[in-house]
Order: sequence, then structure tokens, then C-alpha cells
Amino acid sequence: MWSWVGHRVTGVVIFFFLLVHVLDTSLVRVSPEAYTAVIGAYKNPIMGLGEAGLVAAIVFHAFNGLRIILIDFWKSGPKYQRQMLWGVGGLWVVTMVPFLIRHLSIVFGGH
Amino acid sequence: MTANTIAEPRSGKVKYNRNKGAGSSFEMFAWLFMRLSGIVLVVLIFGHLFVNLMVGQGIHAIDFGFVAGKWASPFWQVWDLLMLWLAMLHGTNGVRTIINDYAERNATRMTLKTVLYVATVVIVVLGTLVIFTFDPCPAGAVTDLPSFCPAR
Repeated sequence: MWSWVGHRVTGVVIFFFLLVHVLDTSLVRVSPEAYTAVIGAYKNPIMGLGEAGLVAAIVFHAFNGLRIILIDFWKSGPKYQRQMLWGVGGLWVVTMVPFLIRHLSIVFGGH
Repeated sequence: MTANTIAEPRSGKVKYNRNKGAGSSFEMFAWLFMRLSGIVLVVLIFGHLFVNLMVGQGIHAIDFGFVAGKWASPFWQVWDLLMLWLAMLHGTNGVRTIINDYAERNATRMTLKTVLYVATVVIVVLGTLVIFTFDPCPAGAVTDLPSFCPAR
């Protein structure tokens, strides 16, 4: 139930980010200055934390999506759905810890 | 008592209000597409995030020259094109499902889905054009160019 809610909420968040992400990347077609200026506006700690939250949402959606596929297609999937949710949580931590160390040290590292 | 007897199911005496369906398997293909595109998107997006956020200077390195350097290679053009199309169709179908679930009035559902489909077409067409009409060394530009551009 809650994994279903989480999958929907993260899905919608990622979708709206994707719309904005295609629009800002499209500025490369306007001019190098326009693109670099907008990307430059993203390079601050608040956006850095937002990016961390976005990646957290994507990683959950990805691993839980693979869990859904296993529930639907693997014979024993429904039986082990609860254990697989723990697997999703474990993989999420294993992925997010190195990512956060790297990303936050870049964001707050001051270049 | 006979007036209250419940007719046997599927006996032809029961009128079902349920939609019999138009015989279209669209919903089944949409369901299957979510799973197949999902697997591909995990690979494409994890690769995208690793190369753009983890390698080298990470997010600090992203500017015009970084994008131009990537799209100079057909490999990243195809990668990003696949990611754009699959992610937009996957996301649009997901939001379509959510609209169908929560918007109860017919008019609300139609309006929301129309806005959704228009946004999807605009973003997919725009993104595709940008990937294929992109010039890494635009005339007149001086800053943030990739190193392979001829000096002007």
C-alpha cells in the first residue's frame, strides 16, 4: 500500500522535473550563454539539496519498479513482495550513501 | 417472493452496466510498455546520472561545452533520444493512469488528459529537434565552447 503511494508520488515528481529538464536543456539551441546562465542559477546549495531529493525519488522509483516487475512476472513474486520491499530499501541505501557523499561534497565543497 | 429472486449470473436476464470493452488491447500494451520501458530506463537514467553527476567535477562541470562535448558523439545522441522518448511515454502513461483514477468528472478527466498530451507532444518534439539540430560550435558564440571548436 505505502510502496504503491510512494511509487505514484515519486513518479509524478519525476515527470514534472522531466518537463522542466527538457526545457532548460533546450536552451543549448538558443545560445551557449543562455544555457550556461540558467545552469549557473542551479549551482547553489538549495538546488543541490533538491537534486539529492530528486535522485532519491528516482532511485526508489527504479528499484520499486523492478520489484513490481518481479511481482508480476516471477512465479514466487507475490509471495516475496514484502521481503523484496526490504530489498528495495537496502539497495536504496547502498546507492544513496555513495551518491550523497560524492554529490554533497561537490555541492558544498566550494569550487 | 418471486419478484425478489435474483437471476442467475450470465443467464441473459441480468443487465450489466459494466463496460464490455471495445475489444481493444490498448490497456494491456500500456501495462506491458510500463514494464519493458522501465527496465531500459533504469539502465539509461542510472548511466545518465553517473556520467553527469559522479564522474570528474560532477555537477560543477555542466555547462554548454559539457553538453556540446557529449552530443558531438552519436552514442550520446542516441542514448539521450531513447531516454527522452521512453521517459516521456512512460511518464505520460503514468500520469494518464493517475488522472483516470482520481478525476471523477468526465469533463475534468478529458481536460487534464488533453493538457497532458499537448505537453507530451511539445516536449518530445522540442527535445528531438534540439538533439538533432544542435550545433556545438555556433557562429558568433565565444564563451563555454567545447575544446574541439575551431578558434575564431
